[in-house]
Amino acid sequence: MLIQIRKRSDPRSSEITPKSAYLDYVSRRRFLGTAVAAGMIGSLPLPASAAAPKKAALQGVVKSRYKLDEPLTDTEAATGYNNFYEFGTGKTDPATYSKDFKPKPWTVAIAGEAAKTATVDFDDLIKPHQLEERVYRLRCVEAWSMIVPWVGVPLADVIKRFEPSSKAKYVAFETLNDPQRMPGQKSRVLDWPYVEGLRMDEAMHPLAILAVGMYGEEMPNQNGAPIRLVVPWKYGFKSIKSIVKIAFVEKEPPTSWNRSAPNEYGFYSNVNPTVDHPRWSQAKERRIGDSLFSAKRPTLMFNGYADEVAALYAGMEMKKNY
Amino acid sequence: MNADRLIRRVLKPLVFLLCLGPLAWLAWRAAGPGFGPNPAEFLNRFLGDWAIRFLLIALAVTPVRGITGWAGLVRFRRMLGLYAFFYVCLHLSSYTVVDQFFDWSAILKDILKRNFITVGMTAFALLIPLAITSTKGMVKRLGAARWQKLHRLVYAAGILGCGHYFMMVKGNQPEPLYHGAILAVLLGYRVAVWFRRASAARRNARESMRAA
Ligand code: HEM
Repeated sequence: MLIQIRKRSDPRSSEITPKSAYLDYVSRRRFLGTAVAAGMIGSLPLPASAAAPKKAALQGVVKSRYKLDEPLTDTEAATGYNNFYEFGTGKTDPATYSKDFKPKPWTVAIAGEAAKTATVDFDDLIKPHQLEERVYRLRCVEAWSMIVPWVGVPLADVIKRFEPSSKAKYVAFETLNDPQRMPGQKSRVLDWPYVEGLRMDEAMHPLAILAVGMYGEEMPNQNGAPIRLVVPWKYGFKSIKSIVKIAFVEKEPPTSWNRSAPNEYGFYSNVNPTVDHPRWSQAKERRIGDSLFSAKRPTLMFNGYADEVAALYAGMEMKKNY
Repeated sequence: MNADRLIRRVLKPLVFLLCLGPLAWLAWRAAGPGFGPNPAEFLNRFLGDWAIRFLLIALAVTPVRGITGWAGLVRFRRMLGLYAFFYVCLHLSSYTVVDQFFDWSAILKDILKRNFITVGMTAFALLIPLAITSTKGMVKRLGAARWQKLHRLVYAAGILGCGHYFMMVKGNQPEPLYHGAILAVLLGYRVAVWFRRASAARRNARESMRAA
């Protein structure tokens, strides 16, 4: 087994909680009609709903040099507390409403300024590469964080296969747009499809991966099955999920949260404790799994990956290019 | 049992206990399954949700009384209003204690810098005089007319509370709008009543002129 299992010598109540017990509140906290009674009943925990589809263990994964000394976030939390608005805006909506999502068969369109463009089957995209486990910090723009053991392949290796041209200055990513399969897309919380982008040198950075699993198993639906980006030095929303298109483009591509609120979410969105979100401080974060009264932890520049990535932004004004 | 006793002995205690329901549920969660992966967020949002709900429930008393004609309802208004204040206080406490852990300079910065907190804090500030003057003695001291005028501040608190919610969410989420729509109906009812009274008064004035 390749995964470090966290020592359970000191279980906290949140750790030993069955997922279904704490998954109930946020997703059903929507105002239920107008009645008090409805609101109160709606807050009561329901019996466990059908379990999430079981994901297969991934074979042939090698460990990488990317590890952390910190304990992994519990699988239950990492797969039960998610932002994935394609399945609803509540933290437990993705786990609840992605149960029936069938990620396979899956294809990814490779398009734009490259010698080879094609619509590639998921297996053909990933199989040529060695799967590795990367334990990364995940810092959400909402000031919480997790430690997640992703399984994936370096994005750079995948990109190179398609031989992007010199015009390819940026890489644009797109999530599946199918309200039948992703019920959250029935409401216009964001402009669907979700789109994200990286500068070419960011995309080629060894830390950036295309992840196809976590905790040694295939990617759970609620975490972006079957394939998602992970760029650990940027806020979580940059790590776009359920990718159906990767395009090489000349100009900076639009990104969903930037279009939704340009003053709050920039193209770069590098984790930076000195640049606050207009509505909250980014100086500190809450580690998922910490207890109610544990102190917040200081947020690290580039989420702790400054040594590796700071050079990408040398000479750039970070307050302007947030 | 007559209606007065029914309200005093049965309905009021019952409503009082019902209003403690969310808190009891919270206590049960704290003792049992816990608050989930992000307990601070869970607690603050849960209390914020109930703060805005109770504010709307308190604001619903007058319209519901007008529509159903059940005058006895007004006797629940103070309790419901105080519960709204109570849950706002708990929400603010969870922010102060759990979220910021008494980091007063960070709190002050938040209040001044972050618009949604500025707005929430203003709503809270508006509710303080209303809670203080909610006693029978205070109503007497102020006189009914002045007391009523002062308590119109609750409309502003409702608007600011909904604004705070609207400003706090990411993306175009509908929940704050649902709450805002309910508030609009509750306040709209009052405007409609006011208009009807005003035009009735004008009609009366005209008729009495004609009669003269
Ligand atoms: C009448 C007064 C207030 C009402 C009705 C109210 C209501 C709410 C509601 C409904 C939410 C959203 C909860 C959710 O998303 O489920 C919220 C969030 C929040 N409120 Fe208030 N609030 C009030 C005053 C305040 C005050 C005075 C403060 C602090 C100084 C405050 C701090 C916050 C914070 C920090 C959040 C965001 C929590 C997060 O992002 O997770 N609120 N409030």
